[in-house]
Amino acid sequence: MKRVDAIRSIYADLETPGRVVVTIMGAVAAELQGLGHRPNFFYLQHAMGIASSVGLGIALCRPELKVIVLDGDGSVLMNLGGLTTLARYRPRNLVHVVFDNESLLSVGGFPTATSTGSDIAAMAKGAGVPRTGVTRTPDEFTTAFAEALAADDLTTLVAKVEAVGPAAFVTDLALLENRYQFQRHLKTLKHEA
Amino acid sequence: MPVSVSSSRLIYDALKGAGVRVVSALPETWLVHLIRMAEDDPEMILVRLAKEEEGVGISAGAHFAGVKSAMLMQNHGFLASVNGIVSCAQLYRIPLLMLISARGEFGERDPWQTEGGLVTTHVLDALRIPTERLDAGDQVAKRIAKAQTLSYSASRPVALLLGRDLMWEDA
Repeated sequence: MKRVDAIRSIYADLETPGRVVVTIMGAVAAELQGLGHRPNFFYLQHAMGIASSVGLGIALCRPELKVIVLDGDGSVLMNLGGLTTLARYRPRNLVHVVFDNESLLSVGGFPTATSTGSDIAAMAKGAGVPRTGVTRTPDEFTTAFAEALAADDLTTLVAKVEAVGPAAFVTDLALLENRYQFQRHLKTLKHEA
Repeated sequence: MPVSVSSSRLIYDALKGAGVRVVSALPETWLVHLIRMAEDDPEMILVRLAKEEEGVGISAGAHFAGVKSAMLMQNHGFLASVNGIVSCAQLYRIPLLMLISARGEFGERDPWQTEGGLVTTHVLDALRIPTERLDAGDQVAKRIAKAQTLSYSASRPVALLLGRDLMWEDA
């Protein structure tokens, strides 16, 4: 499964009004933007490990919104404790997707510990995340993602993907442009709520 | 435990008065009363962290969501948060109110706190984080309010260092 195909398969769910998407840097951000940027997408283009913390902050403050975090193996491995914090507060409006390509792709493809057997779904389960799963095919992924959205409970869904990505990671969306647009969008949603 | 309950109450009331509704924290001795006050307050969302850097993400998320927040941590927790502060809060211009217990200064008995005490203000300066100290009760409410005002007008992290004279009642 290619990550870009997995993202494409859930893209309609991501751009649905009332949904909020937080991604990590690198390939995930570039590929989602390549499919079409939306004001409800925020790309944390650095600070590896705390995209899920940003998602948790939003989810706890805005329980009426559905928050989707698109994470990666390299980032999660930098903040394994964050899984315990997610589980501890168990936001029922948060779906945590981890694209696991077993690689730090954007810096040249160095293998991460998931390439030698470390299991992020098992660690999330051990941390106390109530719903966890691993998917390896596009069909498995889209089904599991739809179930996670419908479950109304915290889910960490690992999608095993190929270690391939876009040719470039820098897009023409400025970081601060994205940040302020995203914040304004959330404000709009509050008024509608 | 001679951590000052009255000073903790002053700080907590000032945070509430400043509209803070999310507090992220990692327990440290000087912060125990503050954390309990947050825990006992139904109007406050307390997020207990595994590591302080997560708190930067929590505060960024809260800010995007339209909610005021603060981080409670020890200076060593601040040191552990530096990349999050630089690569999330500063890169993305997030107002971040950090209350940092200043361990390792004059009067410190714990040997393990002393190195952090030597470097904390230098690291804050290197990161160009506006910093003031809270050493006396009559400074608390005004300085917390003013720190938060600057964090919002500048859209940047600011720090208040909680000093021993404020937090510890041992002679």
